[in-house]
Amino acid sequence: MASLRDIKNRITSTKKTSQITRAMQMVSASKLSRAEVNAKAFVPYMHKIQDVVASIAAGSSDTSNPMMVARPVKKTAYLVITSDRGLVGGYNSNILRTVMSRIRERHTSNDDFVILSVGRKGKEFFTKQGMTILESAIALPDHPTFADIKEITRKAVGMFSDGTYDEVYMYYNHFVSAIQQEVTEKKVLPLTDIQPTGSTASYEFDPSAEAILEVLLPQYAESLIFGAVLDGKASEHAASMTAMKSATDNASDLINGLTLQYNRARQAAITQEITEIVGGASALE
Amino acid sequence: MKTITVNIVTPDGPVYDSEVSMVIAVTSTGEMGILPGHIPTVAPLGIGAVRLKKENSTELVAVNGGFLEIRPEKVTILAQSAERATDIDLSRAQESAKRAEALLQANKDEIDFKRAELALKRAMNRINVYEGNI
Repeated sequence: MASLRDIKNRITSTKKTSQITRAMQMVSASKLSRAEVNAKAFVPYMHKIQDVVASIAAGSSDTSNPMMVARPVKKTAYLVITSDRGLVGGYNSNILRTVMSRIRERHTSNDDFVILSVGRKGKEFFTKQGMTILESAIALPDHPTFADIKEITRKAVGMFSDGTYDEVYMYYNHFVSAIQQEVTEKKVLPLTDIQPTGSTASYEFDPSAEAILEVLLPQYAESLIFGAVLDGKASEHAASMTAMKSATDNASDLINGLTLQYNRARQAAITQEITEIVGGASALE
Repeated sequence: MKTITVNIVTPDGPVYDSEVSMVIAVTSTGEMGILPGHIPTVAPLGIGAVRLKKENSTELVAVNGGFLEIRPEKVTILAQSAERATDIDLSRAQESAKRAEALLQANKDEIDFKRAELALKRAMNRINVYEGNI
C-alpha cells in the first residue's frame, strides 16, 4: 500500500493540475464568447454577398465565368481547418479522420490531390502521411480578422483559377453549441450550387455582369473560407472548454478517491500505533 | 430632403450604417454619384474614398475593393476592408506606405511589385481619407 506521504503528494499535484485546467476552461469560455461575436459580425456580409451573387447568377443565364464551370477533375484540393495546439478533445482527430476516409474513398494515389492546411495540427498530420501540402497557414490569432487569412484564401482561389487543381473541398468543425461541434464538408469551388434567393431584383451592371462576376466570385469564395475559419475557431474554443471542463471534473473525482484512501491509511496507522502501545504496556505487566 | 440608407459591411463586421443624402464612390469605371431613388445597380469598387454627404457635412470612408449594390432606397457597400476617417490609425498607415515604397524600390519580381503597388495605394488612400483631402 502506498505510504501516507505518497498519497499526499499525489493529491497535491492533482489539485495543482486541476487548478490549471480550470483556468484554461475559463480562458476558453471567454474566447468562445468573443469568437461567437466575431462569427455573428460576419453574417451580414455573407448574406449580402450571397444575395448579390445569387441574383446576378440568376439574372444572366450564360455565366461562362471559369469559377462557376465544373471542369474535368484531374486534381482535387482539400482545405482542412484544424487548430494550432492540442488540449481540445476530439476537435482535430474528428476532422482528420473524416478527411482521411474521404481521401481514401476518392483517390488511390497521393498525386491526385493536394492539401491546403489551416492550423499546425493538420499540417503535421498530413506531412507525416507523406501528402503534398501546397499552402498552410499556422499560428493564426484566436480571433482572426479577414486580413489574417487573406493570404491563404487568395492563394486557394488563385490556384483554382490558374488550373493547379480543379475542385476545392473544405473541412471544418461547424459550431452547433458549446458542447457540440460537427465535422462539415463543403465544396467551395467551382461554385456550381448557387441557389437563387427570393429577392430577384433586376440590377443594372456597371460595366457588365461578366466584369462584376470576375470581381465578385473570388471575393465570394474567399469569404466562404473566412466564414469557415471563424466557425472553426468558435468550435475550437468550445471544444477546448469542454475538454478542460471534463479534465477538471476528472481531477476532482481523483482527488476524492485519493482523499478517501489517505484517510483510511491514516486511520490504519493510528490503529496500528495504539495496538503497539497497548501491546507494549501489557507486556510490561 | 430625401435620404438614402447606406450600409458598409466588411467580413470583420459592419462599419457604417446611416441615412445620407448622397453617396459618391469610386467604381472601376469612374466616380459615381448616387442619389435616393437610383436604379438598382451593381458595380465593382476600386481602392478609394467613399464620400457620404449629409445635409451640411461630408463623411469619408476609406474602402478597399469589393463592390457596391444600389437599390432605390438603400446602398450596400461590401468591401474587404473599410475604415471611417475617425477610425484610421495614421501612424500605421504611414508605416505601411513606407514599407510598400521600400518594396517598390527593391522591385524583385512582377507579382511582388504589383502587390506592393496595391499596398501603397491602400495606405495612401487611408492617409488621404484621414486628412480629408479628397
